[in-house]
Amino acid sequence: MRGRPELFTSYQRDQAPLNTPAKRAWLGLLLVGLLVFPFSVTAELTALGATALLSAVGAIGLNLVTGYAGQVSLGHAFFLGLGAYTAAVLSGDPDGRSLGYGLDMAIWLPAAGLVPALVGLLVAPVAIRLKGLYLAIVTLGLVFIGEHLFRELAAVTGGPGVGRPAAQLRLLGVDLGRRSEIFGGYPITREIKLYLIALVVLVALAVPAKNLARSAVGRAFAAVRDRDLAAEVMGVSLTRHKLIAFTISSFYAGIAGALLPTVTGFIEPGSFNLLLSVQFLAMILIGGVATLSGSLLGAAFVVLLPRLVEELPRFLPFVTSESTGGVLTTFQLQTLLYGVLIVVFLIAEPRGLFGIWVRTRNYWRAWPFSY
Amino acid sequence: MEEFLSSTIRGLAQGSLYTLLGLGFVIVYRGTGVVNFAQPALMILGAYWTSYFALVVGLGFWPALAAAVLVTALIGVAVERVALRPMVGEPVFSATMVTVGVFIVLQVVAGDLIGLELRQVGHPWGLEQTEVAGVVVFQSDLAKLAFTATVVALLWLFLRHSRLGLAMRATAASQETALALGVPAGRMFGLAWAISGALAAVAGMLVATGGAGFSQATTLVALKALPAIVLGGLDSVPGALVGGPIIGLAEAYTKTYQDDLFPWAGDNVDQVVPYVVMLVVLLVRPYGLFGTREVERV
Repeated sequence: MRGRPELFTSYQRDQAPLNTPAKRAWLGLLLVGLLVFPFSVTAELTALGATALLSAVGAIGLNLVTGYAGQVSLGHAFFLGLGAYTAAVLSGDPDGRSLGYGLDMAIWLPAAGLVPALVGLLVAPVAIRLKGLYLAIVTLGLVFIGEHLFRELAAVTGGPGVGRPAAQLRLLGVDLGRRSEIFGGYPITREIKLYLIALVVLVALAVPAKNLARSAVGRAFAAVRDRDLAAEVMGVSLTRHKLIAFTISSFYAGIAGALLPTVTGFIEPGSFNLLLSVQFLAMILIGGVATLSGSLLGAAFVVLLPRLVEELPRFLPFVTSESTGGVLTTFQLQTLLYGVLIVVFLIAEPRGLFGIWVRTRNYWRAWPFSY
Repeated sequence: MEEFLSSTIRGLAQGSLYTLLGLGFVIVYRGTGVVNFAQPALMILGAYWTSYFALVVGLGFWPALAAAVLVTALIGVAVERVALRPMVGEPVFSATMVTVGVFIVLQVVAGDLIGLELRQVGHPWGLEQTEVAGVVVFQSDLAKLAFTATVVALLWLFLRHSRLGLAMRATAASQETALALGVPAGRMFGLAWAISGALAAVAGMLVATGGAGFSQATTLVALKALPAIVLGGLDSVPGALVGGPIIGLAEAYTKTYQDDLFPWAGDNVDQVVPYVVMLVVLLVRPYGLFGTREVERV
């Protein structure tokens, strides 16, 4: 079909990722942009970029279970926490104040995904018996139980207000957590390394997620989401697919949780709370439910938003960057915006940023006959 | 024995708060099919307005409570009209997520109003204690029980024996039939949110009578009403009446006996017990104790 790249003659071609030249071009541009980004901005923005990429991993995980399989989970923060502490314990200094085994990243990174995945597998049977809103409330309980555990297991987590160092970025004996120089004097900062690790991890996990979503399992997820009873009648096993969704989602959350604290280098047990879960929900709701690009857009948006808000006190006199005074502090405004944006997107554009993108694209595709 | 009795009273008093909040959840759930995650924020706003009218404006406690109930109910109506009405007919999941967004917004607003300090509501019970049948109890605990009993009775009268209550129940049973019979369904949604807000305001005031007053973090108390209603069944009024005390008692007994029985669980484990109880009950009965099993047809 030369010259007619958008004429699909088979289901395989229709479902293939990057099935149009435009998609390939956009992805290429995006990858180039992402690679150039850390070398052209300040260390602070690079670190923020790394956070966005890692949050995208977590958002993809939540999107698999909530977006694709339709199982509302408010418990994402719990699995992020599990991943964070698995990684920190396995890689931690054996002589340090908190428990640590001093293992290599090649061991702790997979383990940080597998441990939450196992716990997800254990929790899933409860979830399988429940539906819809009951499930949302139960996963909410999971966050509170997790928060309590993290607070009390001071030997592992350092206890509230104290915390512990995040996982050490030592891969096969090479320390990636420190500044070094290549090509005779060109400096590669810690932030840039972190960013590149995040990018590699994101690509390595986004591709299987995309493939899962367009495979038989992904279609089964959608069937379970849209009408679970009809799905079961057609021979889609609910138990099996909810189990798969929860396990894989927890795996992604664990990996994201393990690497996210390495940006600041520190884990505080109180940080894996309801607000974190809501932030991840905001990512997929704002970005676009049940789309991969939506997860990426949403994560970037939600992570970059607070940074933009921090600039606001200069323009809006009633916003203050101090902890008190003024009408609103920047922290309050950040939180407020999450809430407002969730509501506005759900009411006005339920398909999120991805939906806006699709509409813009279609507008220009038909331009100048855009009606 | 006395320890047991006094923690029983404390548990029942705490549980009655969960019942009040839980009734708010149940009424909104039955009326509109949405779990109202904004309820905790409405509760803290109710406490704030009581405190504001009683201590800042200086109305005195009872008028202040009435004013706070009214204002919070209006906030509930406003939220329904602005954020929830456009979601009618959308998936329940989306509408529920809207209430999560509303929760975040209202909590920031409440946090901004309350500020950093601990506030009081100026209630008449103070920290005084009375002796009832040989057990020393806080008057505020008795007040909680009395308030809940009164409110539940009023609510029952309203829902069972008034035209408006009948209209609400009709809407909950079937929106289309109710509309066909001339019941303004949209207004019933607003009414459900108003009642939910009013109940939250009363609960908020009662939470703050615990002696310590209330602060921004008090919101977490209201989230524990969720285990209570899930335990009873999301759509069941008797469920909320039973679930609240069960959760309250579990919490109180844990607080009293934990040091003897399982000290390894750590401090403040009583804060988590409601969620554990909920998980265990749901494993056995996925729709709670009194919840309606969904009958499904293909």
